[in-house]
Amino acid sequence: MAALEPLLTTRSLSRRFGGLQAVANVDFQVQRGEIRAIIGPNGAGKTTLVSLVCGRIPASEGTIVFEGEDITGLPAHTRVLRGIAYTFQITSVFANLTCHDNVALAVQRTLLSKQRWGRLDRHALTAEVMAALERVGIADLAAVPAGKLSYGHQRLLEVAMGLALNPRLLILDEPTQGLSDAEIASFCDLVRTIAEEATILLIEHNMHVVMSLAHAITVMNNGAILAEGDPASISANADVQQAYLGG
Amino acid sequence: MTPADTTKRVLMLHAGVIAALFLAQFVLPEYHHGVLARVMVLAAYATGYTLLFGYTGLLSLGHAMFFAAGLYGAGLTVYHLGWSPPAGFGAGIAAGLVLSVMVGFVALRTTGVAFMIVTMMLAQAVYLASLYFGEWTRGDEGIVLTQAMRTFEIAGATIDLSLPDERFNAALILYACSLLICLAVVRAPLGRVMVAIRENEDRTRMLGYDTFQAKLMALALSGTLSAAAGASYALLFGYAGSTFASIHYSIYPLLWVLLGGAATTLGPLIGTLAITYMIDVTSGFTSAYLLLVGVMLVLLVLWSPNGLLGALRDRKLAWLP
Repeated sequence: MAALEPLLTTRSLSRRFGGLQAVANVDFQVQRGEIRAIIGPNGAGKTTLVSLVCGRIPASEGTIVFEGEDITGLPAHTRVLRGIAYTFQITSVFANLTCHDNVALAVQRTLLSKQRWGRLDRHALTAEVMAALERVGIADLAAVPAGKLSYGHQRLLEVAMGLALNPRLLILDEPTQGLSDAEIASFCDLVRTIAEEATILLIEHNMHVVMSLAHAITVMNNGAILAEGDPASISANADVQQAYLGG
Repeated sequence: MTPADTTKRVLMLHAGVIAALFLAQFVLPEYHHGVLARVMVLAAYATGYTLLFGYTGLLSLGHAMFFAAGLYGAGLTVYHLGWSPPAGFGAGIAAGLVLSVMVGFVALRTTGVAFMIVTMMLAQAVYLASLYFGEWTRGDEGIVLTQAMRTFEIAGATIDLSLPDERFNAALILYACSLLICLAVVRAPLGRVMVAIRENEDRTRMLGYDTFQAKLMALALSGTLSAAAGASYALLFGYAGSTFASIHYSIYPLLWVLLGGAATTLGPLIGTLAITYMIDVTSGFTSAYLLLVGVMLVLLVLWSPNGLLGALRDRKLAWLP
């Protein structure tokens, strides 16, 4: 039954960097429409796992299935067209381009993939760019070079670029890092509205954010999945507490 | 300023520059008339170069091979096979396109310093080939295209490319076409992707772009425009020699573009014009003229690293393409 088929499945997914096993035999599933958080100590393999999913890093072993199709061998840019968008952990907007042009690159990609080799409709482009900036609340900064924005606004711009790709799966890698408490609160509201249309995979250290947003949590440690479940069961899990607090 | 206003201004500026170049032939004295024709051909070369270097951020140290591909593609077919100048021009462009795609598949596997070295080595191979096949190219001495070889008929009119007026206007057509192609590309979706690759290639890939394909297209466009300039050079000035395949002709477009402004459409023309006249004036009173030109370039790069037009765009005219 299609409705029960997960959006994303990994089977025995592994990645080695020389002698280091960054991700080891991970079997992982993300259901359609959920907000899934991945937590774990530094070096647990969270970013490597999502990098394997979005194709920035090739897998050493194992398979990745997205929407029922094996995407393990596809290059990153093809995966984006299939609906996997990644927002970078270290903000990497195009600093010398305006916010408008940053988002326009993403919008142009979706517009051109719909009508191959056709002319780009400039009005549609501008309208979609402004819509994406509007959603994250920085439409008034459209003409400002991205490098001149505050850190919090740059993070929002990253999200706007991800949104403009119309993703089915939006991967947010530590999106609230470096944001103020007020910014975090409005960011959580934003993520909830995005979740109405897209599935979200969230790597996050801020437990308050994780507990208030996630439908399900995957805990990683030493490249493997330590525990998985709803927020209440994860916060009660003894193994998880030990991994985080030591002991 | 709305996008429509910007477009109008940009088009008017470029049309104005082309019109000014056209009118210049009626007022310039004979000597400068000839210099400007040469500058326009070399500026077309620099315009091709800046598509790759300025906009895509790929520093090639081997563009002389594309210029030479056009130069010899036109020169050899006209000289040995008796092709007409338009057919020779077509052969030069085709040679540039084929060479740039082949070079792209090899050189674009590398980035940064390795890309510079690979392009320089490949260009050196082309230079040595032009010496090795001296039987046809006559190496450093070069081949000279006679007036008869450079004359052709089109629509009943006889055009002799060795005459100053014909030469000037042919050079102007070449430059105008290169400039407008460059403008169209940088304002098109491809141009936006080229700039994005220059700024952050990894991010561009994660926005769903096949960056290798985009870089290959940029290199092919850049190489083909450079070859068109090379082919025109052979036909308009009647000479094709190995000097034009040497490392100097890979460095010149870099200097012209740096001086004029790397990621600007009109910078290549300004840079080529300025350096040509700098050399012309300084060589009049000292044999160490290259030293003077070098010092001026160093000062300029220190004072305005984005070149003349780049500085203008940063300070006043943000709408410049």
